[in-house]
Amino acid sequence: MTSPLQQKIKINGPSVVTANRTWDGVVIYRDAHKGWTTDLAQAAIVHTADDARALLAESTADDVGAIGPYIAPVAVNDNGVVEPGNLREQIRRQGVTIDLPVSA
Amino acid sequence: MYAYDEIDRTLINERVAEFRDQVKRRLAGELTEDEFKMLRLMNGVYLQLHAYMFRVAIPYGTLSSPQLRKMAHVARRYDRGYGHFTTRQNIQFNWIKLADLPDALEDLASVGIHAMQTSGNCTRNVTTDQWAGVAPGEVEDPRIWAELLRQYSTMHPEFSFLPRKFKIAITASAHDRAAIKVHDIGLRIHKNEAGETGFEVLVGGGLGRTPFIGKVIKPFVHGRDILSYVESILRVYNQYGRRDNIYKARIKILVHELGIEKFAAEVEDEWLAMRDSALTLDNEVVEDIRSRFSYPHYQKLSDTPDELTAASADPHFARWLKNSVAPHQRTGYAIVTLSLKPVGGPPGDATAEQMDAVADLADKYSFGEIRVGHEQNLALPSVAKHDLPALWRQLDKLGLATPNVNLVTDIIACPGLDYCSLANTRSIPIAQELTRRFANHDLAELIGRLHINISGCINACGHHHVGHIGILGVEKNGEEFFQITIGGRADEHAVVGTLIGPAVPFAEVADVIEDIVEAYLALRARPDELFVQTVERLGVEPFKERVYATR
Repeated sequence: MTSPLQQKIKINGPSVVTANRTWDGVVIYRDAHKGWTTDLAQAAIVHTADDARALLAESTADDVGAIGPYIAPVAVNDNGVVEPGNLREQIRRQGVTIDLPVSA
Repeated sequence: MYAYDEIDRTLINERVAEFRDQVKRRLAGELTEDEFKMLRLMNGVYLQLHAYMFRVAIPYGTLSSPQLRKMAHVARRYDRGYGHFTTRQNIQFNWIKLADLPDALEDLASVGIHAMQTSGNCTRNVTTDQWAGVAPGEVEDPRIWAELLRQYSTMHPEFSFLPRKFKIAITASAHDRAAIKVHDIGLRIHKNEAGETGFEVLVGGGLGRTPFIGKVIKPFVHGRDILSYVESILRVYNQYGRRDNIYKARIKILVHELGIEKFAAEVEDEWLAMRDSALTLDNEVVEDIRSRFSYPHYQKLSDTPDELTAASADPHFARWLKNSVAPHQRTGYAIVTLSLKPVGGPPGDATAEQMDAVADLADKYSFGEIRVGHEQNLALPSVAKHDLPALWRQLDKLGLATPNVNLVTDIIACPGLDYCSLANTRSIPIAQELTRRFANHDLAELIGRLHINISGCINACGHHHVGHIGILGVEKNGEEFFQITIGGRADEHAVVGTLIGPAVPFAEVADVIEDIVEAYLALRARPDELFVQTVERLGVEPFKERVYATR
């Protein structure tokens, strides 16, 4: 399989790097301080392919803390609020769209 | 029930210890994810959208009450209080932490449960008829052979890195409840003219991106030769199966590209060279396995007990009796299916409380045994008929007596985009909406047998190809769309469904299914002509016209 870093990176708008946390699998985002956050609002946002590649390279280097980092689209509204850019990422952020059989 | 011996227990316990060390090294950074991924997959651990998913095997769909209680315990202690029964006689826990997995595995190992062969390119958990050993007319209990195949295939060094995963299913009944024709190898136990028990062997069935119905490769293989014959198939596949393209790596592609005759000839050559090897099963071995299965001590009971006659005056009980209770091999006993398809619920999910309660009911009413079917329901295999009214009342309180078995709301659905990292669309909300649309039991009964199967992507875990109505989620420009097929079936007359037209958006799926069902009710030749029979008789055109005329 081609490494994410060798893949052609093409972004069409603001993007973040997201992954799953190794010890529990929770959804995380790369922040601007070379760390990870569970809060999308704290994620580092990139706008160019070069910046995305750099952020992904830095994220991939942390193999202990995170699994499978990749670039995901986001939308930033007029008030600066960051939202996931597609349904998959929306579900990853907000959880399942159904009621769980047992209340959390 | 099958009683594990010391070898089995040692194997499972050693595996837990090994995985505990692997997890420790992964969390300490001594193993990279690339190194660890295959190790975790060999223990049923996937990474899904929000969390790790832990898939646990339920060999041949048989559970004891302590085993089910232990699954409830895992759900409660390490997960979020529920589990999901899959289409291959497994259970999945969706929210488990990597750090907790060794403990969960150890707890399961204490009751002989493990996660081997639930992932990876090996022979997967061998599945069979959930009514094995109790179904009337069955040639013999197929679990004996499933267990032999389990022992043979577990950690088999030659076949642990096949080109792709490999699934075997077995049935011993005329009506196939194990979907053997859509497995890599399907085995149908039958008797030859001499009265000997053997197997009709099918090969190359499968769903996914390229669905195929399995082809008969050998009409009769004697029981003593079944391991060597299966091994011959695996060897040919291992040698010629494609490893360069994951989408063409399953045996079905090899069988299709070579043609069944050439493939069969290759297998025959291989088999003739090895059939009289250590793999030949003498009677002693088979009988030893058979002796490790314990069977209930049935009593001589009335087939028409007074309790049943009296309770049948209650229309709710009578409906459930008609729908969820099936004949048993023994007079006075019945097989009871427990629907995990409540109106508005996710198909196949059971809470820890439900699992505990079912285990208690199994102890009280079914010799402590529970079965799991590929349709994502449970069954109590041996219930005295005089106990049916009492059992029903308790199942009803637990939400496990929805009288919809094999009806329109008994939907098979994969976890879809709500959980799965491979999915393109959601499946569960579609299933939930359909159960609400067809919640009226009179309507469902009027419609009759109708299987709706839903997959959230082309990998087809929801078996959409072989649903009477199949629903496949596809993504179009970031939106969820669904292709509809009709006329598929997974039983002894298995056939892949036919696409009726362009995909429809998420919001319209339930309307489309209602249109198809209304068309069927108007078109069927008589009330007992099943949906699939109407489609077979008329083709897809009338349904297509009904769905797309106004869209």
